[in-house]
Amino acid sequence: MKLGFSPADEAFRAECAEWLQAEMTGEFADIRGIPNLCDAIPRRKEWEQRLGEAGWGCIGWPREWGGRDATIAQQVIFAEEYARAGAPNRINHIGVELAGPTILAFGSDEQKARYLPEIAAGRQIWCQGYSEPNAGSDLANVKTKARLEDGQWVVNGQKVWTSLAHYSDMIFVVARSEEGSAGPKGLSFLLMDMDQPGIEVRPIRQINGEAEFNETFLTDARCAADAMLGAQGEGWKVAMALLAFERGVSTLGQQMQFRNELDAVIDAAKANGKSSDPVLRQKIARAEIGLRLMRYGALRMLSGTDLAAIDGAALTYKIQWATWRRDLGELGMEVLGQAGEVSASAHYGWPQLPNLFLYARADTIYGGTNQIQRNLIAERGLGLPREPRGSQ
Amino acid sequence: MEFAFTDEQAMIADTVRGFFAENATSERTRRAMAADGIDRELWTSFATELGLAGIGLPEEHGGAGLGMVEMAQVAEAAGAQVAALPLLGHVMIGQAIARGGSEAQKAEWLPRLAAGELIATVAWAPQLSVMDARISGTFPFLPHGASADLLLVHSGSEAWIVDLKGAGVSVQAHVTMDQTRPFATATLDGAQGERLADGDAAIAGALAAGWICLAAEALGGAQATLDRTVAYSKERVQFGRQIGSFQAYKHRLADMMIEIEQARSAVYWAACAVDEGSDEAQVALHSAKAFCADTYFMCAGNMIQLHGGIGFTWEHDAHLFFKRARSIQTLLGDGQWHREQVASAVLGAAA
Repeated sequence: MKLGFSPADEAFRAECAEWLQAEMTGEFADIRGIPNLCDAIPRRKEWEQRLGEAGWGCIGWPREWGGRDATIAQQVIFAEEYARAGAPNRINHIGVELAGPTILAFGSDEQKARYLPEIAAGRQIWCQGYSEPNAGSDLANVKTKARLEDGQWVVNGQKVWTSLAHYSDMIFVVARSEEGSAGPKGLSFLLMDMDQPGIEVRPIRQINGEAEFNETFLTDARCAADAMLGAQGEGWKVAMALLAFERGVSTLGQQMQFRNELDAVIDAAKANGKSSDPVLRQKIARAEIGLRLMRYGALRMLSGTDLAAIDGAALTYKIQWATWRRDLGELGMEVLGQAGEVSASAHYGWPQLPNLFLYARADTIYGGTNQIQRNLIAERGLGLPREPRGSQ
Repeated sequence: MEFAFTDEQAMIADTVRGFFAENATSERTRRAMAADGIDRELWTSFATELGLAGIGLPEEHGGAGLGMVEMAQVAEAAGAQVAALPLLGHVMIGQAIARGGSEAQKAEWLPRLAAGELIATVAWAPQLSVMDARISGTFPFLPHGASADLLLVHSGSEAWIVDLKGAGVSVQAHVTMDQTRPFATATLDGAQGERLADGDAAIAGALAAGWICLAAEALGGAQATLDRTVAYSKERVQFGRQIGSFQAYKHRLADMMIEIEQARSAVYWAACAVDEGSDEAQVALHSAKAFCADTYFMCAGNMIQLHGGIGFTWEHDAHLFFKRARSIQTLLGDGQWHREQVASAVLGAAA
């Protein structure tokens, strides 16, 4: 049992750090440190392409599809250095972390050849069509319908909370392809072009005033019959496998962002004298301890050799970081006091800590609410009986 | 990235878990509770058959030459059974001598500690009255103090060993809430002390071992409260359903698991950091002690609540965990003190 990385991994770290540092202080200095997913989109598309050209776009993928065959440790290191360099949040994280790995796992050779090199090159941005107005926590309650017509899928319905949809090139859609089916049966997993008349995107304004996500309306939207992952009617299996990719190597990069946020709280407390308040010192210490334990929990999760076993660290990770970050948002406001409730901006916009306070309310909801997470932990991790289901 | 047990460490974990599960039974622990809080037979087989008393001590002095990670594994397994063992004082005095003793002191004490021949307890004193190596004063709350042969007492940069069976020592045992680690008060009146050569190194070694021991015991105990409560929730039926199928119930169990997984990271982070001499070691130790103690107490409290009436009885083991958890929260610095040490590291000292 060891805390650190091997010398070879540290050499790899130096290589990534050098390249990222050069880009973020050079040609792409203007987009350094952008925290959200909605500003400077054209420049960030260029950045995705730069990552692709230099072979840093999808380093965990096989070389033949544009990756580097990087080990888990190397992927973790890249994610850490990426965040440390202040490189902007990946606008194609859904393509890189979700769509790509799912195509690798379920796609035909022809599908891999069609999509993977484009994603790896940073030329194809993806978004996710899972949630619907009546399919939130109950994700299988999909109403969007797909029917085959003249060698094409014709899709009708509505998706919601579609992050990045307004500038994505592709969307994966879970749609009901068997008339009269219900729940996880009879769903298909379709890969659709966003640029078509049958798809309309409407932004949703969020609690913090910004609009990162959207409603996506599908009205006779089309894709080819073979633009489907997995077998017809077995899309649920693909959809669930994809969700498993959602936790992973990017977690340690995400933690670098959390570190910045906690440091901002600490700096604010030092600046306004709250750092001497014994009660706040206790709360800041709790936040510090929570962040450190998150790091070692993630290292434990990624060091695990027995990936088949349901790993406790992995199963509890989502609720742990989401709750930690929501608490940090509240702590930030406690440190700032009323100064945190007034914006210097002419429009409804917020600096880092008040924005964190608002934005973090989403963390305990998306990707499985804290309540759903507790069900999963109890049922999968502890083997407790499943919640009785109501009729569909 | 190797933040996982090696094959050898996984084997140690299995061995100690099996040993304590088989031997540190509720029945035997309760017999020890009615006496001085030590299961002598368990201590003897722990030290002699398994050679675990010397796990973190150097090989040239009769130990196994392993580190804090392996010591934590032992403490975790002992904690899971709330074993009535004088482990805390033992690992603290062992590390004090191993890290701060002269060669002669190591040769004198470590083989006997590794063999389990001596039982030890520990005190911290704000001030120490010493005249010509003779120590006087009152030392309260000594864990397993009434049974101990040796006292490690530290103050400032000095660490001393006192023979509690020697002249000028009187020891008063106390009825203690956690009967598996009862406290005693020692009154020394010019008792002979032996000063360890390097006091700072001795104290640092003792505290690191003590904090890791308590954090690991807490981890093992917390996991046991979860395991036992999960088992109960599958047996017990109310309203025609296993009670573990109710969300209000299963979410509390899930909350226990979320804390326990963090506690596990904390214990082995701290143990590794000490073994590797990492810059993070102090923050890791304070984090682990504070976090694991709170986790254990939360879990033990939940164990009682989730068992209902039976959990409140003397007959059920829930109170053993609950009382051990309460005791660990205060031993060697309470959570507020440890968190303040973390706060000082990130915010600077309080103004």
